[in-house]
Amino acid sequence: METKPLELAVNGSQLRGNADPEQTLLSFLRDELGLTGAKYGCGEGECGACTVLIDGVPTRSCRTKALAAAGKKIRTIEGLETDGKLHPVQQAFLEADAFQCGYCTSGMILAGVALLEKKPNPSRSEIISGMERNICRCGTYPRIVAALERASKILREGVR
Amino acid sequence: MKTDLPFEAERYELLEKPVYRFALPRREFFKRVGGGLIVVSLIPTAAAQESGGGRRGFRGGRRPQELGAWLHIGEDGLISVFTGKAEVGQNIRTSLTQVVAEELRTPVPSIRLVMADTDLTPFDAGTFGSRTTPDMAAQLRRVGAAAREILLDLAASSLTQKREELVVADGRVSSKDGKASATFAELTKGEKILKPIPASPPITPAESWKIAGTSFRKISGRELVTGKQTYSPDIRRPGMLYGKVLRPAAFRATLESLDSSTVESLPEIKLVRDGSFIGVTAPTDVAAARALALLKPVWKTEPQISDKELFDHLKKGRRAERPAHAAGSMESGLAAADQKLETTYTVAYIAHTPLEPRAALAEWNGDRLTVWTGSQRPFGVRGELAQAFRIPEERIRVIVPDTGSGYGGKHTGEAAVEAARLAKAAGKPVKLVWTRREEFTWAYFRPAGVIEIRSGATRDGKITAWEFHNFNSGGSAIRPLYDIPNQLIEFHSADSPLRQGSYRGLAATANHFARESHMDELAHALKMDPLEFRLRNLQDPRLRAVLQAAAKNFDWANAKSTKERGFGLACGFEKGGYVATCAEVHIDRSTGALRVARVSQAFECGAILNPDQLKNQNEGAIIMGLGGALYEAIHFENGKIANPRLSEYRVPRFSDLPEIQIVLLDRKDLSSSGAGETPIVGIAPAVANAIFAATGRRLRGLPMAPSGKLEGV
Repeated sequence: METKPLELAVNGSQLRGNADPEQTLLSFLRDELGLTGAKYGCGEGECGACTVLIDGVPTRSCRTKALAAAGKKIRTIEGLETDGKLHPVQQAFLEADAFQCGYCTSGMILAGVALLEKKPNPSRSEIISGMERNICRCGTYPRIVAALERASKILREGVR
Repeated sequence: MKTDLPFEAERYELLEKPVYRFALPRREFFKRVGGGLIVVSLIPTAAAQESGGGRRGFRGGRRPQELGAWLHIGEDGLISVFTGKAEVGQNIRTSLTQVVAEELRTPVPSIRLVMADTDLTPFDAGTFGSRTTPDMAAQLRRVGAAAREILLDLAASSLTQKREELVVADGRVSSKDGKASATFAELTKGEKILKPIPASPPITPAESWKIAGTSFRKISGRELVTGKQTYSPDIRRPGMLYGKVLRPAAFRATLESLDSSTVESLPEIKLVRDGSFIGVTAPTDVAAARALALLKPVWKTEPQISDKELFDHLKKGRRAERPAHAAGSMESGLAAADQKLETTYTVAYIAHTPLEPRAALAEWNGDRLTVWTGSQRPFGVRGELAQAFRIPEERIRVIVPDTGSGYGGKHTGEAAVEAARLAKAAGKPVKLVWTRREEFTWAYFRPAGVIEIRSGATRDGKITAWEFHNFNSGGSAIRPLYDIPNQLIEFHSADSPLRQGSYRGLAATANHFARESHMDELAHALKMDPLEFRLRNLQDPRLRAVLQAAAKNFDWANAKSTKERGFGLACGFEKGGYVATCAEVHIDRSTGALRVARVSQAFECGAILNPDQLKNQNEGAIIMGLGGALYEAIHFENGKIANPRLSEYRVPRFSDLPEIQIVLLDRKDLSSSGAGETPIVGIAPAVANAIFAATGRRLRGLPMAPSGKLEGV
């Protein structure tokens, strides 16, 4: 199948590559653009390791065609840091040691960022239902919940 | 019963005898890393032990030794530690670094651990069996202590100070009055010192630890939260292609014919056929997948048993083995009993489901092969590659980047061999990432099993007889720590219809599920409190300690079950770790919906290297263990996996998260054991016992509530 040049707005930059019409956004980000923070975990949108934000909405990049992302604003884990400063959610994950193998972490953080953008002060049960579609096979859920509670506080109060 | 119970040999751990391991010549070390100070840890070769070499007597009375680990302090002061162990999420990179930092009295960030690279690190059988902490941390403590002593010698000479007047702190050696001081770099400059560890280097006792024993955060944390950590599937090489492998329609299927004409006409696609191996390479992963789908194979399959017949099959295929353990007489033990009980338990096959599937990138340079792959056994994978390609291991380098978990599921090198075969044909580097479906089908599973227990106890709660038969699931932790005079304990191997292998805790989970469920059944039959019943039959002070700690934290004394709320407990020992788990379950009587609401777990594994990471392992093990306890089961029929997708194989999610309390008992007077596995063994029986306490229903098969509901409640 013919590949087509594709330009995507990723993390505030226009990035170019060649996309196969059947190619997933995940594979385009990873293989064409070299952004490997989003991971392949299941290919059917069940685990959330491939989560990226498209126009602010957490999206399974393994179930999204690369071409369908044209003209939209994409945020990946690589774009969360600003001027060498971690996003509060990243910082909170770091401080809570909210990982073991870390393979799910990028997707968790992006899902968490989207959750807190929508609900700045979520209850514990809102965090749990908001994160339900992301799997951490190492079982660090209690730490991720704690990290998001912490990040919510940082974001609301500016405390570090 | 003595507490130094011998470890049961774990039959499903893949262990390979090493071939000859010659120590590197001195110049080789310095050629690789430059000048400075090198301290090596030499350990007796496993081969020598296994062949009884010690008894035969080697010339000069010395056993052959091999390199276990080594440490280099460069002329620039940079400290590098080389170990064949792999980081798979258990966070051993951090705790091993901590023990070296402790001995060298230097900050953790000044040390770099080089792990799991067959060209750079010493041979290592693999990262499994919870052996990294007891073996490698112990070695590295000695290596670090020996290096510290040599630095003191160097400083005494270069600073012209008395050795006793010198102290090591913050990466320097200084006189106590602070007037003379030298950095490690100044001391190693211009040196080429290579020394083995002396017989007893002055390692720092755990009571005096300042860096080891503290909750140091994961070393690679910043890479993880920024997405910069490079896992095997993330690696790219110039000119790299993507590979896919054609899988048979079923296990044991053979290829009758293959129409590959369409694929062969495609530009940029390479078809590789070598015996039963069929694969393709393409410039993109999507093109490789498309090409694979265009292949038209015809497979010959054969009827095979299904999961419905599994347990009968495992029992039928029994092959008697000598007892794992026998004591006293079952006959007299049962004769002395007031209460007898005979029950059978089962566990399903389950899949490790590491979120990073098997993946490898292979690159040939002439006759040399380099493979990056996620594995718990880099040297084992190198051996597989050497066999597959009939080339010497010296021409193969296997590099294991920190890996997206393993849980015992990454002992084998399938993806490495496949990627290397494709790369050889393509003449370019090839990356191969298994799909989740491939991982669910062509990896291996935790063994299914059937366990039969026959027991007897007196009215006052003393167990008099204990007979335990494990069919297929394995021998680890098969013996109880309870004081029982009459025992017969047997493992029976069987013909497993599915490929099976190691798993976190492996058979210890099945054996504890059966044993601790049965203990609960006995306690209820005798109308005794399950905690009291256990304590009445248990002298082991370490197991008693965790049991009492968990019960106290959980407030077991006031945990009175109702129809909606049940409380259960379990305890056990495996791989040097002692665990006790209390669980509270909530049952919705109108829907049968089951929820594990609260868990208290106490754990003790000697001196704790990193309390917060130990807590993390305990929390993770409980949550992962909930999957096998409640939901996870591999279904199969006629050589096909019926549920090879995450949407059909339920693993624990956020909503399954109970309130978890972890109590860690730090025994600084005891050597440290590993902790990645044993914390998983208590949750399944604790939950089963809690369900019984609420409902009066005894669930004797794992998983207990695949749909999330208790049937018929």
